[in-house]
This record gives sequence, structure tokens and C-alpha cells, in this order.
Amino acid sequence: MRLKEFWHRLGSPRWFYQMSGPWQLGFTVAAGVLLLVGIIWGVAFAPPDYQQGNSFRIMYVHVPTAILAQSVYMVLGAAGVLLLVWRMKLADMVLQTMVPFGLAMTALALFTGAVWGRPTWGTWWVFDGRTTSTLVMLFLYFGLYALRQAIPRPEAAGRACALLAIVGTINIPIIKYSVEWWTTLHQGATFKLTEAPAMPIEMWAPLLVNVIGIYCLFGANLIANLRNEILRREQATKWVRELVARPLT
Amino acid sequence: MQRTRRNRLITVAFLFAGATLTVGLLLLAANENLNLFYPPEKVVNGEAPTGTGIRAGGMVVEGSVQRTGDDLDVEFVLTDYQGSDFTVVYSGILPDLFREGQGVLVQGQLDASRVFRAEQVLAKHDESYMPPELADLDLDRGSAP
Repeated sequence: MRLKEFWHRLGSPRWFYQMSGPWQLGFTVAAGVLLLVGIIWGVAFAPPDYQQGNSFRIMYVHVPTAILAQSVYMVLGAAGVLLLVWRMKLADMVLQTMVPFGLAMTALALFTGAVWGRPTWGTWWVFDGRTTSTLVMLFLYFGLYALRQAIPRPEAAGRACALLAIVGTINIPIIKYSVEWWTTLHQGATFKLTEAPAMPIEMWAPLLVNVIGIYCLFGANLIANLRNEILRREQATKWVRELVARPLT
Repeated sequence: MQRTRRNRLITVAFLFAGATLTVGLLLLAANENLNLFYPPEKVVNGEAPTGTGIRAGGMVVEGSVQRTGDDLDVEFVLTDYQGSDFTVVYSGILPDLFREGQGVLVQGQLDASRVFRAEQVLAKHDESYMPPELADLDLDRGSAP
């Protein structure tokens, strides 16, 4: 019963705006603390790798951004379904405002991957299954951004983007399993659900802190973007005008 | 669930299933070509073509790395530790992670005698990481199959 109530409330941007303020603050603080701790721990205190030396520390940025690049896309796909089937206003806002964040994560994952690949593999780039499917995801993000700009009517733009987001999620399992289905230069997954990471705890603990931290950053970014977009889209409504007219205390 | 919503959900599900099927069949059809390199077994049994640019990969056999003279020419054997191995000749700078017992990828051509003439050597590493002091305790790591 409570779940159903929550579901119906999600249909109301006003309700979301009013309840989300503390959540935004919480996620922002958590992201700041976790990322600061994780990066300093990973870069300055974790031991170097026996083969790669210090260059393996790129992992502490590369792995979290690569995980987020895919997670954000899955969120966009889910928002696409919510928009197409239930016409949820918030879903359209997610679909519009989270594209730059996902794009940034994908670009950062590709860039750090190239910088890591140069000293370890001996090349900046190779067209193997993992790198190519990630590049395809980058283009999907560009596509979502461009499609939104190309269609003037907001409603039609939202639906077109929803369709592209949903179809594009097919790429996610391809990215994930590319290193198992085909021979690639890229190594296998660092974090697996079924077994412990193949490294000692003092190496993977800072990585885990960074992964959780970047998820918090995603949460903070999502809520901040949604709150801005709610005010922008609902600016003609009474509650927003009253909110804006009220003096800051 | 409302009828209109149910219909929209079914439409989206069909669309997604159709797109998945399309991509799945495409990947299935292209499967062989999506592999980045030939494993040693395929180089040895003749599946890898000769006289054309390909990539092959394997583990560098311990003690097989030979340098000839004082130039950059180097020769080594790649294996899958399962009975298939082939010789690679290369002239150039090897990546830092190149060492015996380590996985590498070579790009170049197989000549008629099935010797691989590499133009580029890339080091492949796995997802396990270790501090140096631990690696010293565990010296035979990487040499075992």
C-alpha cells in the first residue's frame, strides 16, 4: 500500500521538490567526503602494483566512472519506459537532465582508459569488444543530447529520446560481457558479484569507497538537476510563484 | 493497470524485444570477426590466415625470449599452455609490461612457415593486482598454467 502511494506521489513534481531538499544535501556531503577519502587513500596510501607500479592507480578513477557511465544509461532507459508507458513528468526530466552527466562519465572512462592503456598495453586505443562498445555508448549519449535539441516540441522530443534510450540499453550487456564473449585486450571485471576481487583489501577498499562516493555524486546531481528543472517547467504554477515570491529566511 | 498503459507497455516490450533480436543476430553473424585476436591453437592448426594482417595472442614462454645482436630484433614463443605454441619475430621497443610468463598480443602477418612477423606488440594484463612485497613471496605466480 505504501509502495503504491509512493508511486502515485512520484507523478507529482511538486511533492518531489518539497521532499528532496534534505536528500540533495545528504548525497552532496556523502559524495564529497567519500570521494575525498577514496582518492587520497587510493593515490597516496594504497600500495603500488607489482607489475604496473603506480600507473595502476588510474583504476581509482577509471573503474568508478566506467561503472557510472553504464548505470546512468540504465537509469535513462528506465526513465524512458516510465515516460512512454506512464507519461511521468519526472521521468522526462531525468531523461533530459542526466544526459550530460552520463556523457561526462563515459568520456572520462574512455580518457582514463587511454591514459592507462598507453603505459600498460603499449597503445592508447585498440578496437576490441570492450572499448568499441563503450565508444558506441558515448555516441548514444551524444545522440540523446542532439535529438533533444533537434525536435522543437518538448513532448515529441521526450518520446523520441525515450525510444532511443530504451533501445540503447541493449548495448549495456554487450559492454558487460564483451570481455567474456570475445577475445579482447581489455581485462575482465574488477568487481564481480560472485567472487572477491583479485587483489588485497588495501587495494580494493579505496576503490569501493570511490564507487560508492560516485554513486552519491550521481544522486546529488540527479536531485539538483530535477529540482532546477521542476522550477523551470512549473514556473507558471501557483506553488512555484509563491515559493519564489517568498523572501529567503 | 489501465488498458491504454498496458497497450503502451506491450508496444515498448515488443519494440525492445525486436531490437534485441536484431542486435543479437548481428552479433551472432559477426561473432568470429568480433574477436580481437587469434589464440595460439588457431594459429597452429591453420585457422589463422597467412600473408595478411592479423592479431594473435598468447603467453610468453619462459626462457624463450632471444635477442639477436645489439639491435632491437627479438624472438619469442607464445603458448596457451595446452600444447599449441608459435614463434614471433619482432623488431622494435617492447612494452614495459612485456615479460616471460605474461600475456601479450602481437599484430602483424604469419609467413608461409607459420612464423609470426609482428609489427606491434601489446601487453595484456589481467584484473588481479598485487603489492610488490606480496609478489616477491609468491615467485612462481604467472609461470604456472
